[in-house]
Amino acid sequence: MAVNTSYAGRVYPPGEVYQVSAEKIREFAESTANTHPAHTDPSAARALGYPDVVAPPTFAVVIAQRAEGVYVQDPDAGIDFSRVVHADERFTHHRPIVAGDRLTPTLTVDAVTERGPLAMVTTRVELTDDDGAPVASVVSTLAVRGEDA
Amino acid sequence: MSASPAPRLGGLAVGDVVAQRTLEVDRARLVRYAGASGDFNPIHWNERFATQVGLPGVIAHGMWTMGAAVGVVTDWTGDPGAVVDYQTRFARPVPVPDPGVATAEVTATVGALDPEAGTARIDLTVVVEGQRVLAKAQAVVRLPA
Repeated sequence: MAVNTSYAGRVYPPGEVYQVSAEKIREFAESTANTHPAHTDPSAARALGYPDVVAPPTFAVVIAQRAEGVYVQDPDAGIDFSRVVHADERFTHHRPIVAGDRLTPTLTVDAVTERGPLAMVTTRVELTDDDGAPVASVVSTLAVRGEDA
Repeated sequence: MSASPAPRLGGLAVGDVVAQRTLEVDRARLVRYAGASGDFNPIHWNERFATQVGLPGVIAHGMWTMGAAVGVVTDWTGDPGAVVDYQTRFARPVPVPDPGVATAEVTATVGALDPEAGTARIDLTVVVEGQRVLAKAQAVVRLPA
């Protein structure tokens, strides 16, 4: 089944609140060889002016990929994960993510375009805190190979 | 913490190489990243599945490579929160052997300076077996003047 281009522009209702924990930040930092002590040592983070440990620059992907599930796993969207390649990714941080944050993801399908045998699917997840203030934006593009590619 | 003083915008010039690092990734690392990130796509841990879908074998998560490469930038700035924007395209997959490791050479270079915004664009090259695996990998960092 081909990728469904009619999903372009779709905005989903806000997803579940994600509670950022120090342990998840540690696990993510260690798995990506992000060795700065502010990821794991609260006193190092506080010395930089943060209330608790700071997430690495790509940590928001944990929340964004979870939020994207409602779209990419929707059978009607036509995204066959055995044919998907990650094409690009971008994080824009309005402020750093720290342990204790409660972040709400809102997913938008920015674009679904066909480019020869490939379909390019671009999603955007905006993360906001409990006050509704923007924290980070995660834009991701998947390339989906067609049946003949 | 690194002993070197935190970088200042005024001390940088476009083209300066500010940091370099060698990263190693093996299958166990990918399993750990899968758990940490929640990305359990079997192409990153299941050889049988990866070859069935036409890959040479298990490949690293592009997001692992992106996430690990920027560690040189956060260590260099001394403040992980200094990274205000970070983007890349995934140019080539990184096959991860078993047994063994894939090795990535990361180099961070000053790509542009914006004194008005108080930011520097740090361009990352990530090379595996002589080929760049990330394209347009750029981290924008906020630095003191």
